[in-house]
Amino acid sequence: MVVPVQTGFALLLALLINQRLKAINAFRTIYFSPVVTTMVVVAIIWTFLYNPGRGFINAFLNTISFGLLGPYDWLNDPKLALPAIMVLSIWQGVGFQMVIYLAGLQEIPTFLYEAAQIDGASKRQQFFYVTLPQLRNTTIFVVIATTILAFKLFTQNWVMTKGGPQNATMTTIIHVYVQGFKQGRIGYASAITVVFFLIVLAISLLQRVILREERSV
Amino acid sequence: MAQAYVSTSAGGSPYSRGYRLRKAAWLVANYVVLIALALFFLFPIVFMLVSSIKNNETQVIRDMSTIYAFVPRGDIGFQNYRDVFEEMPFGRFMFNSVFIVGSIVTVGIFVNSLIAYALARLSFWGRGALLSVIIALMVVPFEAVAVPLLLVVNQGPKMLGFSTWIDSYHVQIIPFMADAFSIFLFYQFFIGIPKDLEDAALVDGASRLRIYWSIIIPLSLPVFATVAILQFITHWGDFLWPLMVTRGVTYRPLPIAIQQYFGRDPKLWGDIMAFASMITIPVLIVFLLFQKWFVQSIASTGIKG
Repeated sequence: MVVPVQTGFALLLALLINQRLKAINAFRTIYFSPVVTTMVVVAIIWTFLYNPGRGFINAFLNTISFGLLGPYDWLNDPKLALPAIMVLSIWQGVGFQMVIYLAGLQEIPTFLYEAAQIDGASKRQQFFYVTLPQLRNTTIFVVIATTILAFKLFTQNWVMTKGGPQNATMTTIIHVYVQGFKQGRIGYASAITVVFFLIVLAISLLQRVILREERSV
Repeated sequence: MAQAYVSTSAGGSPYSRGYRLRKAAWLVANYVVLIALALFFLFPIVFMLVSSIKNNETQVIRDMSTIYAFVPRGDIGFQNYRDVFEEMPFGRFMFNSVFIVGSIVTVGIFVNSLIAYALARLSFWGRGALLSVIIALMVVPFEAVAVPLLLVVNQGPKMLGFSTWIDSYHVQIIPFMADAFSIFLFYQFFIGIPKDLEDAALVDGASRLRIYWSIIIPLSLPVFATVAILQFITHWGDFLWPLMVTRGVTYRPLPIAIQQYFGRDPKLWGDIMAFASMITIPVLIVFLLFQKWFVQSIASTGIKG
């Protein structure tokens, strides 16, 4: 579920940043800065922000909803823990995809837009019939890379919840770590990693196949 | 908003009042969105920095649910930073991280670029097979091999009569020096360099190593920077592997240190935020200085598709 949200958000950011506006580079720098912030640090800051009761996020939601929402016990509620961690993962990672999209946007030849304009295409039509199709390869790459990243999730879940509550934030790698390392079941853990690797391999092959079809057309 | 813009581009004189108004409204809306997003991306970092300089722990707790969480007020100073230094060998952790990541990056760029150069220019038996294997290795995530690798670094040296590699610097450096993706980036760059220069140098009697050093490296600085930056971002935050292979304080890098510090009770948030700031600030400064390079490096990873 992180994947479509994060990909869409990254595209939106890239479109915003791709405009010719004053101080746009400053915004680009700001959007990208979480990427260079170490994940452990990010997880710790957000644990503080998600503090049950009087944490900033509870207070913020409470204020903008005039007291209707909250307070929530974000990280200890099995229903909320995973979405809460997703938000910070997106916060940290989306700048990366934004830059990749930005590079993709800048490679779209301007004559395509000029042609579309002469044909009387509106801005919206230009986006759906020029920008999106031209970004097809970039999108495939971003989606695949984000999917693989989601499978590799470990650090933030381990620091914030250790996979709990009630395994709500359990990931493959946490399972491997706990089983293979803490409980000494190396064989079992290795078996999981083999399956994990096969999944990643399948996703990567899928990417190759899709891209090859594209080229042969 | 999109609708409003559509109607302006479809009709209306560019000099009419309505057009200018709508244009201005569009611009304002744009900036509102941009600034709101900037706040979203900045607030946790500002929160960390501001909390870290509030000397009074109760103030940090009291302010955390209001806008004052982002305002440095009350007793401001560096007491939290002093606390971190007194309670933990912070300098040791910083040295460990810098040394480990520095070694991976510096040794890595030479190892990876040399093999990439050999693959790009020399013809030797098995070159094609080696290249395919390296490209195939790019899809193997580190997490998939972490458990078996742990066995290798623990039991392997014992079998050969050495002591285990667990809890050392080299166990955190050697497995990461050679990196398939770095080799691929170098390889792609090197095959794009025209051969003429090298042929001329060969005629003049230069050795391959000499060519690599005096021609290839100066021509390839951008890709060297790309690989160095990508390796740096990846390994500065390394968490799983050090968690598995370090036991005591001696060889522990920063991410593990702060996680242990964070796990203690009672949690002194001011101190924790000071620790977090000290990990983050150096990287942020490096990023701000070289941000053009950072952005280009990330962008170049996407183009391979």
